[in-house]
Amino acid sequence: MNEIDHKADVVIIGGGVNGCSLAYQLAKRDMKVVLCEKGHLCSGATGRCGAGIRQQWSTRENTELAIKSIQIFERLEKELGLDIGLRQGGYLVVVHDESEMSHAKRNVDMQKALGLDVSILTPDEIGDVVPILDVKGMHAVGATFCPTDGHVDPFKTTHAYAQAAISHGAQLHKFTKVVGIKKEKNRIDSVLTDRGKISADFVVNAAGAWSKQIAEMVGVKLPNKPFRKEILVTERVKPLFDAMVISFKDGIYFSQQEEGQVLGGIPIPHEKPGYLTAPTFDFLHHMAKTLARYAPPLKHVNVIRQWTGYYDVTLDARPIIGEVEGVKGFIQCNGFSGHGFMLSPMVTKILTEYMVDRKTPRILERLNLSRFKGKKIVREISVVG
Amino acid sequence: MSDKIFICRCEDLTQEEIEQAIDEGYTTLEELKCKLRLGMGPCQGRGCLLLARRLLCQKTGKSTAEITLPPSRPPFIPVSLGTLASDKDE
Repeated sequence: MNEIDHKADVVIIGGGVNGCSLAYQLAKRDMKVVLCEKGHLCSGATGRCGAGIRQQWSTRENTELAIKSIQIFERLEKELGLDIGLRQGGYLVVVHDESEMSHAKRNVDMQKALGLDVSILTPDEIGDVVPILDVKGMHAVGATFCPTDGHVDPFKTTHAYAQAAISHGAQLHKFTKVVGIKKEKNRIDSVLTDRGKISADFVVNAAGAWSKQIAEMVGVKLPNKPFRKEILVTERVKPLFDAMVISFKDGIYFSQQEEGQVLGGIPIPHEKPGYLTAPTFDFLHHMAKTLARYAPPLKHVNVIRQWTGYYDVTLDARPIIGEVEGVKGFIQCNGFSGHGFMLSPMVTKILTEYMVDRKTPRILERLNLSRFKGKKIVREISVVG
Repeated sequence: MSDKIFICRCEDLTQEEIEQAIDEGYTTLEELKCKLRLGMGPCQGRGCLLLARRLLCQKTGKSTAEITLPPSRPPFIPVSLGTLASDKDE
């Protein structure tokens, strides 16, 4: 294992997509970066996620972040010179009743005002986009569809960022655990790892479901809670559909991956927060039942694997990003509530510009940890999984 | 006849591809899985993980005991969605 540097401009804690993207962008701007990851790269939520990228949200912040993130994903292969597995087959959001339709219309209006190509589909048009869907079985009264939503490969993307970061001089240390963070008065001093101490001007907490424990090391309390989420994948079958299909009401999402396997998830009924890792039969049964109702031809396809990962969930299902009041240099990049992969390009760009150029766009203020203090919480409601 | 040696038949991975990934720094079975999809096909690694572990031992000088196998994920054999969706009395 290569020697660890004991002084850096920025120490990033967490080797998921956010940590690696940040390492790349900061290193490109000539910052001295050391990233510490307790396992291997993408061993947490990144490597377990559903790989979807979506711009159809209910809050303006998430929609803005997602639109700009997809624009970055669209040029990322060229920028990095490496394959990230981008496919834009769209996201079809199933709408089940009139009250959901009025929400959908409001969301579509807001999304269109932000420049998104998104439309409302009639039940008949649903079959044109994803022919295997059973409109009656899903109890669909319509859908919304955005053709530029889609998929990116989380493994390829994270490895590509990591490779680019290293070639710009960043140090990425896997199997390196952070055991403490030292403060000097009201600012960050250094990070203590099981391989030695690293002094730094900035420390970025991109530790996903373990961000809460990292923040506690400097006495910062995060409201984040870890929720176990389950997902399954089938054997490979011939190409059947391009779009990701999701429903906010049933919580289901599923899509066909590039190699042909169908992958999807749904919330486990009555799930409580906590660090649970075991996959459940309840999920398998509930998911299979719902999926067979949505797309009857899939009944004959074999499930080959199920696994779990964590959503790092905040009170409003939106990420916490930016510097913490009272601890100078301590930057949050967590609380993504299940959407860390798809929002990562823009979030890490904003944080890079904050650390390098001291730019503070309004969105950074609106997503700061301080928003939970005695203010009205605006919750993101367009959530699945 | 081709002189390629296939290690993971589900994902069509050769010994050469796996050795190359190990040289690039993917030095655990979990990392090879993330990088190459090793063991992620229908056989779930039954055919390839032990062979890949041996390649890792040869390349890194570690013993088999030092190289952890990835967790086995259920269901342990492929099961159709229709079967999983059915209720007890069906």
